[in-house]
Amino acid sequence: MNALIPVLVAAPLAGAALLLLGGRRLDRLGHWLGLLASTASFAAGAALFAHMLAQPADQRPVHQHLYSWVPVGGFQADVGFQLDQLSMTFVLLITGVGSLIHLYSVGYMAHDERRRRFFGYLNLFLAAMLLLVLADNYLLLYVGWEGVGLASYLLIGFWQHKPSAATAAKKAFIVNRVGDVGLSIAIMLMFAQFGSFAFGPVFATAGDAGEGKLTAIGLMLLLAACGKSAQVPLQSWLGDAMEGPTPVSALIHAATMVTAGVYLITRSAAIFNLAPDAQLVVVCVGAVTLLFGAVVGCAKDDIKKALAGSTMSQIGYMVLAAGLGPVGYAFAIMHLVTHGFFKAGLFLGAGSVMHGMDDEVDMRHYGGLRKYMPVTFVTFGLGYLAIIGFPGLSGFWSKDRIIEAAFAKGGTEGWILGAVTLVGAAVTAFYMTRVMLMTFFGEKRWRTDAEGREPHPHESPAVMTVPMVVLAVGSVLAGGLFALNNAFLHWLEPITGHAEGDSPLSPVAVSGLTLACVAAGVAWAWAVYGRQPVPVTPPVGSALTRAARRDLLQDDINHAVLVRPGEYLTRGLVYADSKGLDGFVNGLAAAVGGLSGRMRRLQNGFVRSYALSMFGGAAVLVATTLLMRSV
Amino acid sequence: MPFPLLTVTAAVPAVGAVVTAALPAATTAARRRTPKAVALAFSAATLALAAVATARFDPGGDRYQLTESYTWIRSFGISFSLGVDGIGVVLALLTAVLVPLVMLASWHDADPEDPHSFEGPRRTQGFFALVLAVEAMVLVSFLSTDVFLFYVFFEAMLIPMYFLIGGFGDRAGGPDAARQRSYAAVKFLLYNLVGGLVMLAAVVGLYTLTARAGLGSGGGGTFDLATITRAVSDGKLAIDPTVGKALFLGFFFAFAVKAPLWPLHTWLPNAMGESTAGTAVLITAVVDKVGTFAMLRYCLGLFPDASTYFAPAILVLSVVGILYGALLAVGQKDIKRLVAYASISHFGFIILGIFAMTTQGQSGATLYMVNHGISTAVLMLVAGFLISRRGSRLIADFGGVQKVAPVLAGTFLVGGLATLSLPGLAPFVSEFLVLVGTFTRYPALGVVATLGIVLAALYVLVLYQRTMTGPVREGVGSMADLRVREVAVVAPLIVLLVVLGVYPKPVADIVNPAVGATMADVHRTDPKPAHPAAEQPWFSYTTAGTDSPGGVAK
Repeated sequence: MNALIPVLVAAPLAGAALLLLGGRRLDRLGHWLGLLASTASFAAGAALFAHMLAQPADQRPVHQHLYSWVPVGGFQADVGFQLDQLSMTFVLLITGVGSLIHLYSVGYMAHDERRRRFFGYLNLFLAAMLLLVLADNYLLLYVGWEGVGLASYLLIGFWQHKPSAATAAKKAFIVNRVGDVGLSIAIMLMFAQFGSFAFGPVFATAGDAGEGKLTAIGLMLLLAACGKSAQVPLQSWLGDAMEGPTPVSALIHAATMVTAGVYLITRSAAIFNLAPDAQLVVVCVGAVTLLFGAVVGCAKDDIKKALAGSTMSQIGYMVLAAGLGPVGYAFAIMHLVTHGFFKAGLFLGAGSVMHGMDDEVDMRHYGGLRKYMPVTFVTFGLGYLAIIGFPGLSGFWSKDRIIEAAFAKGGTEGWILGAVTLVGAAVTAFYMTRVMLMTFFGEKRWRTDAEGREPHPHESPAVMTVPMVVLAVGSVLAGGLFALNNAFLHWLEPITGHAEGDSPLSPVAVSGLTLACVAAGVAWAWAVYGRQPVPVTPPVGSALTRAARRDLLQDDINHAVLVRPGEYLTRGLVYADSKGLDGFVNGLAAAVGGLSGRMRRLQNGFVRSYALSMFGGAAVLVATTLLMRSV
Repeated sequence: MPFPLLTVTAAVPAVGAVVTAALPAATTAARRRTPKAVALAFSAATLALAAVATARFDPGGDRYQLTESYTWIRSFGISFSLGVDGIGVVLALLTAVLVPLVMLASWHDADPEDPHSFEGPRRTQGFFALVLAVEAMVLVSFLSTDVFLFYVFFEAMLIPMYFLIGGFGDRAGGPDAARQRSYAAVKFLLYNLVGGLVMLAAVVGLYTLTARAGLGSGGGGTFDLATITRAVSDGKLAIDPTVGKALFLGFFFAFAVKAPLWPLHTWLPNAMGESTAGTAVLITAVVDKVGTFAMLRYCLGLFPDASTYFAPAILVLSVVGILYGALLAVGQKDIKRLVAYASISHFGFIILGIFAMTTQGQSGATLYMVNHGISTAVLMLVAGFLISRRGSRLIADFGGVQKVAPVLAGTFLVGGLATLSLPGLAPFVSEFLVLVGTFTRYPALGVVATLGIVLAALYVLVLYQRTMTGPVREGVGSMADLRVREVAVVAPLIVLLVVLGVYPKPVADIVNPAVGATMADVHRTDPKPAHPAAEQPWFSYTTAGTDSPGGVAK
């Protein structure tokens, strides 16, 4: 059975290689090949899952060593896979949702002449992400980690002829690289401390290292997680990443990439559990991002960017939960999975809307679409209900537990975190209701022929709607299934550990508060966008709205603090290199030239002066020899 | 007498150079093919011989293998001695792999624009003969086990390189290209000559020391590397610390010019920018590697105490070089100069690894030399293809190339990703080893050097974005994609990048014992981990089992 583990990675990797190297003759079949590769991986994952379920909990983790990768002295990096409950969860999410996105893309990218390449990149994305979650050591994880970065670079910039897409792709990679520095340093710290960076040895010995070192490792891992998961302060790439085709957004936001940071923190529980200071920073990052993303999501008129803000915010919930330690790990992952369903569904729905609206993304030019796109409306609507935490749907179960866990942190911190998560729930309800109302309800505000071409919205083909329906079913049911008898918690507990928190509020009280917040958010949105018509030109808005439209000035800050000083530094160095260093060398050369011109005069043809210089030379030689003897 | 494999390996390109140069002058394109084919055949034969030598090298065997020795100047204890350790054999193989590909890539670069001009008829074969001459000299430098022999060829390779740089440009320079080129060639020569002369003084100084200690046969001096290293190591040759430091600096200065180490780098951008892409690859991927190789072999082996003494200062220069080269690369407007500055940054990494004095650092540095050779070759040669199509080196003259020439753009991206050390490709392995090897001894330097990976992403991706993406620029629209010959150049290199990234063990296994010997030369051992992890069974790791302050509910 274990022989199937490498297949998980190998199938999409082979698909990617075939599609990218196969040339034009694969153009007609390429997308089906890509889908086949991802479904093969999913099938292998499902088989492994069935096998794993049949084992008792303590025998579920399996490990497979493949080969010695970089053996140098004490540095032993191997290629080995580790499949336990945590990675299994990710495998199913990545390959399952990933395959649905592949299927959807068959329809969505039907008219793109580079569809084969697109599927090659999608396959590469899955392979990298699977490597990330299956690696049994941090260095191999790093390979998947940057592989994800590469795949996202290729996909965000898929329409490279658009300068904005090329810029967004580059930005995503470089911001992620900043995070990767953190992962590099964390691995180096582990190697210096433990002589190893494989999960087993590191986690077993972590306790010896002392809190200071573990805090350093934890903070470096957090930096890495901030990059991949778009957490403050490395969040700026996520919004721009919407330049990629919409299925890519679904893939990045639901099944792969942004979930990697949460995985990394949860996987490194043994380190974080012993470094409370690092955990506190994790919690703070999660809380700040939760609000940051939610505020941005409220202000965006671009449907994909509104959803991107939402992702940032939801991942913030997960990071916050992971930072709570054993109280929160399982719920972070549970929310990650349910979020995978509804966020993928929402993005695919948004793609379907754009597909029907001639690639219009501005929600102010939508309106009343529910009549024209019934399937999209219903599936998107279910995803909407799930994300705001409508009772009984997926998001309700998973988000509720995180809010409980936040209160359970105890003390003032607990109250602050609980309040933040509650406010987040209210704002989530507001911005998602806003998206829903602006898109599907109200009067139609489509562009007229005078402003461009008038769209003729229509429902998308079955190849696109079927994945949306499947994801909608998941959005409705997954949370309930997971919560049934705490099934999900018991499944993950052997890996992540679990501790019951000590919440000052009863679970019922938390649920009640949450529902009240959600209802308030919905009502507020209804008051603004439902009861009155939505203006086509955005109102000026408050200072906060204006800032939120500019992503709370993230790019302005980065520009002022990093980009512009960097440009000056580079320009200054270029100047200094040619005028300073090189100028010195050239000056030296000129001096030598001048000197030799004068020396030439010594060659005057007089035998007596030659004799003098020969005598001088001989004297120097003799002196040197004598000196050397005496040393 | 066993077959003198190494001598033959180095002699074949030398003979090839003479034969190619002696072929009759060619005035038509068809006739020009003869010297090209002849030169290519000689370089292919060299590759085969180098491959045999690598295969015959036993990593578990003696330090120097396949040794040969012929007396050359007996009175000074100079011999023509060849032999390889794991580091030398790998670099010799790299050289032998790259030269035929460089030739293939430069197939038309040396065709005269006007075949009837003064320089015309012999121009093509001149280029190819010079390339073979460089190969022969570089090979002797890698294979030599005699300090004087090494010195002679280390210096002699400047001559063919000078003519390659000064004589053959890429036809993309401005109106004063010829003047720029000769400036670059002279600068290259002067820089390296100065370095070489300083080294000569140190070589002579070393000889007098060995003569005084009576290391040579019959109590004279010797230039035999193994003899001197052994004598240094077992105390038979006790070098006064001050003298040792002076001699070390003499050697190191020459190597640091060639490598080049900041701030001795300013000749490199000119030389790489003005010459053809093929020559630029020879400079940075082959010739410069002799410098870093020699640091590892001669500086550390002959002067272990001085090496240790100067290591911190050199490490600081290396880290400055890493960041400085990368920042300068970001600011370049010329594609080839950008690659040159990126190389300066990479040489910083190599030297960092060498002088961090850890096995990870030194193995990483050796692998880095190999991997940097391959990755730069991809990037530079594809850049050359690109430049020859457009007739410009300026980044601003390109844009949207991926739309018209997707294969060219794709290979350029792979070369770029290798340059920024993407995991999965070979350079990642070596760069990480260097960083981790530095970090365990000098954490602060390791952390600062790691920042270089962000800058590398910046200069590579900015270059790719400006040249390859966006709308198709004027003058780019009619650009042809890679031809079969060009694909044949790039494909093997890309395969190597992937193979050595996924499975570097075979090379690491050859290099490791040699690095171990070097570490023994300098009497250094790796820092021990603070809390070594015992071999853990894989399934005992579950976090639920460790003590956590949150308490664990079972």
